[in-house]
Amino acid sequence: MTEVRIAGVGVTEFGNAPERTGRDLFGDASDDAFADAGVSRSDVESLRYGNFMGELAERQGHQGPLMAEAAGVRAPATRYESACASSSAALRSAVRDVRNGEEDVVLVGGAERMTNLGTAGATEALAIAADELWEVRQGVTFPGAYALMAQAYFDEYGGDRDDLAHVAVKNHEHAIGNELAHYQDPISVDDVLEAPPVSEPLGLYDSCPISDGASALVLVSEAYAEANDVDAPVAVTGSGQGGDDMALQDREYLARTPATNSAAKEAYEDAGIGPGDVDFVEVHDCFTIAEVLALESMGFYETGEGIGAARRGETTAEGDLPVNLSGGLKAKGHPVGATGTAQVAEITKLLRGDHVNSDAVADGTVGLAHNAGGTVASCLVHVVEEVVA
Amino acid sequence: MSADPTGARDEGFDDFVDAVAEGEGYYLECDSGHGSVPPRRVCPDCGGSDLTETPLPDAGELRTYTVTHVATPSFSEDTPYVTAIASFGPVRITGQLREADPEELERGMPVELTTARSATTDRRLLAFDPR
Repeated sequence: MTEVRIAGVGVTEFGNAPERTGRDLFGDASDDAFADAGVSRSDVESLRYGNFMGELAERQGHQGPLMAEAAGVRAPATRYESACASSSAALRSAVRDVRNGEEDVVLVGGAERMTNLGTAGATEALAIAADELWEVRQGVTFPGAYALMAQAYFDEYGGDRDDLAHVAVKNHEHAIGNELAHYQDPISVDDVLEAPPVSEPLGLYDSCPISDGASALVLVSEAYAEANDVDAPVAVTGSGQGGDDMALQDREYLARTPATNSAAKEAYEDAGIGPGDVDFVEVHDCFTIAEVLALESMGFYETGEGIGAARRGETTAEGDLPVNLSGGLKAKGHPVGATGTAQVAEITKLLRGDHVNSDAVADGTVGLAHNAGGTVASCLVHVVEEVVA
Repeated sequence: MSADPTGARDEGFDDFVDAVAEGEGYYLECDSGHGSVPPRRVCPDCGGSDLTETPLPDAGELRTYTVTHVATPSFSEDTPYVTAIASFGPVRITGQLREADPEELERGMPVELTTARSATTDRRLLAFDPR
């Protein structure tokens, strides 16, 4: 089985760009990815593209071929939709086809426009990732669904808003100096606790912002990299996907995310590693509680123990397991279709040494990317490793 | 006005809400005694395809809850409102807790299932009353 190398990465600034089209954003991200890769566009055999709310935000479906054009690629193109995990679903398909020898060069990425919808419109668009009949009609929003999980966690295992605030403070701290991040300013625990409530117990600073942005990766087979003298020192060595009941109410445990357990287990086995081998992680912290649930499900903490991790300093840049050195969704931003491949782009730069926080993981060789859809009814985990020459 | 913005009527779900409105809520029970809510072709636990409508217990128990302040446009005039998940025997149902002081909410609180209407759209929704 051939190894899948990341030849180049490109990510736009995440933030407010309501005047820019999706094709413009993805064009920028793929330009940067090709420049970084030193791979010819004409060698690309397919585009796998993640996007969630294009019909609502842009009145644009069939975005695969549109985005191939935007990227300057003449190749078959398919859009993948798996809510906020869309571009990781695209990545998984590409990893599998490169490994099985179907293709040698694939462009993978995603983009999302959100800010043009406004807060109410974006809230409505995000809510379609929940079950329309059993959840949305009862008034469940996306923050509301995670709030239901957070309250269940507090009641089941303990912990409080103050613990969650430390997650937000940590991730904002990590984003300082990350010029692509939506927020690059520090916040305090009091800022988080005193912010307006969105869906209690979650407030505005427990929530990721509504962002526009795009990301792209140029993946190549090991053989292609060698034959074409492409410098590609980072590889995707493991891929896993898990699923769960669509509606929260149908799950046995309201404060656990078994789809993450399944995805992580498969990704670890695929890469031949365990959680103890992981040096740092990018997790899907759309809300502060989501980071806690992810760390527990990926085997870094026992159930009920993860909520104090940020407060104890274990997941900060200086901690034993730095989590979300990019700033995470919380501070980097969450243009949903772009998020999964942006996580992998950040990990690639952290491993190569060209990320603002690379020094925090100078000896690290193994990163993990965790990307979830809905209330983790979909989950993808990828293992990203520095290739030992 | 149809509850569904597309005008569709989901037989499994809408029949269930009609039944709740009549005070005759039910769940689906398979031969092995697993419970689920409609629409289902098979039991999600064991795959059994013989599903029987079984009366829901009158008393439910609050499992988790949230007070939502930032709503979609469909609930903009309902805020703040309480959304909750309550268990009724072997199944759990999501609804709005309409007549409760948010300060007094707690897990385990007894509730009963009913229907209510959105103040914003007048669309029907599943609701809980404290019991």
